[in-house]
Amino acid sequence: MRRYLLRRLLGAIPTLLVIATLAFAMLHAVPGGPFDAARPMEPEIRKAILAKYHLDEPVWQQYLHYLGDLARGNLGPSFQYRGTSVNELIAQGLPVDLAVGGTALLLALLAGTSIGLYAALHRNSRRDWLLMGLAVAGISIPLFVIAPVLVLVFALKLHWLPPGDWVAGSLAHLVLPAVALALPYTAYIARLTRGSALEVLGSAYIRTARAKGLPLRVVMLRHALRPTLLPVVSFLGPAIAGVITGSIVIETVFALPGIGRYFTLGALNRDYTLVMGITILYGALIIACNLLVDLAYALLDPRVRHEP
Amino acid sequence: MSLRHGLWQDAWRRLRRNRAALASGVLLIAILCAALLLPLLSPYSYYAPDWDHLIEPPAFRGWHFLGTDALGRDLLVRTLWGCRISLLVGIAASLVTVTIGVLWGTIAGYVGGRVDALMMRSVDVLYSVPFIPFVIVLTVLFGRDLLLIFIAIGAVSWLDIARIVRGQTLALRNREFIEAARVAGVGTPAMILRHLVPNLIGIVIIYATLTIPTVILFEAFLSFLGLGVQSPMTSLGSLVAEGAGRMQSYPHLLLVPAVFLAAIVYAFNYLGDGLRDALDPRDR
Repeated sequence: MRRYLLRRLLGAIPTLLVIATLAFAMLHAVPGGPFDAARPMEPEIRKAILAKYHLDEPVWQQYLHYLGDLARGNLGPSFQYRGTSVNELIAQGLPVDLAVGGTALLLALLAGTSIGLYAALHRNSRRDWLLMGLAVAGISIPLFVIAPVLVLVFALKLHWLPPGDWVAGSLAHLVLPAVALALPYTAYIARLTRGSALEVLGSAYIRTARAKGLPLRVVMLRHALRPTLLPVVSFLGPAIAGVITGSIVIETVFALPGIGRYFTLGALNRDYTLVMGITILYGALIIACNLLVDLAYALLDPRVRHEP
Repeated sequence: MSLRHGLWQDAWRRLRRNRAALASGVLLIAILCAALLLPLLSPYSYYAPDWDHLIEPPAFRGWHFLGTDALGRDLLVRTLWGCRISLLVGIAASLVTVTIGVLWGTIAGYVGGRVDALMMRSVDVLYSVPFIPFVIVLTVLFGRDLLLIFIAIGAVSWLDIARIVRGQTLALRNREFIEAARVAGVGTPAMILRHLVPNLIGIVIIYATLTIPTVILFEAFLSFLGLGVQSPMTSLGSLVAEGAGRMQSYPHLLLVPAVFLAAIVYAFNYLGDGLRDALDPRDR
């Protein structure tokens, strides 16, 4: 197990290198730099600024420079927010994303698996049809429609919750963004769980357990739950990547100060280092989560535990 | 009565029995026809304002059936143009996706060995790349070009198809007809295009159908961030984004395009599920 972990961690390094290189190459391949402002600068000032950010060096030197900093965990200075480093901006924004994204994932997991199991137990009943129809609707209606509608109903009409903005530690401000972000994944997980539960419930060992007289509840929890959850666990990797994307929309709708906002603004303002830094952070998050998912998979399924 | 019982006849029979999938197919064809024909028949265009009818709710008296937007443009015509653009983006990007995915998967699966290891290892690496940020940056930097949106979306969503197709190719590779073709001296490119790809059509159709709605949603997402097609041209995503800003006073601006968008995505999902059951009946 420890060797497997070590190998996976080492394997993450080339992946991160690919991400960093792609981001660097793309941002440097395009015409226009971060300091091509509408108002022309004095040539001396321009030169000084370019020199300060190493933008006057040849590209390969800038690349090595960037990788060197990256290896030390330094993502460089932000071009747009003068005097602030990308690390500081991320440190400001990341807690918001972790709170919203984490809550959303947890909600989606709990609600999605419960709904899926319920629908599977009442297979082909009216309730099953209704729930699965709702689930397809949840997948089909985009986040940026659901989120404003939730704001309209729960904040502007009913005044139950604040319509947006962020107060650290305030649960009321967390509810709407997290629920909106969770809805599509709840729907997807519910569908996955239902399908997988039906497959598991049809298998011979479940029939045996039922035949020897165990009540349905015990069979579900003790025998059927773990194999049912396997596809859900493997969906968590893509789900986490999706939550990251979704958080960009959510932050726009609810005016949250997370890194998604910095990312969109950074891309519009050609803030190279900010965009590269956030992209690399996203990549690292996805890699870490995929690793966790694989480890969880090994815990749930004894068949994969002893693979090399 | 026909006595032929090929794969396609069986699949068609199974699909016909699936009412939800069949209704979805009919709905999609109807939307496609409406999107292609109705704007030609309507007296209004997607760009010209009608100054006498600014921001009107849906009315069945006048000619603006579904109302107008803040600039007096007919909402029905704009929504149908939005459907056109969204369907175009969805179908074109899915073609790009499927082409790359199928070629990548069949080559890796058929050639095997070190090539396979290298190709699939790079798919693993690409799985960890956060592509959506990359697409956002691309569209910001290179301008909001529709063609670029196709290519960008197509280029990032082929990974799943490549994996599935490779698995299928591995299963096909040892079948007798492939061996027979190899003995007859068929080279690798001809083998892939003439013998492997035709046998993968079923699975490819399923995944193409399921890719289209994701692409449409993704384009809508880009449009929502203001990175999609540029005004006065429109897509369902940008219409929804415009409508979301005014939904409190004028809910029809949000509802009309949102209903079309949801209907298209819903129908493609049901059709894809139906096709999966029809073409690949092992699961049931």
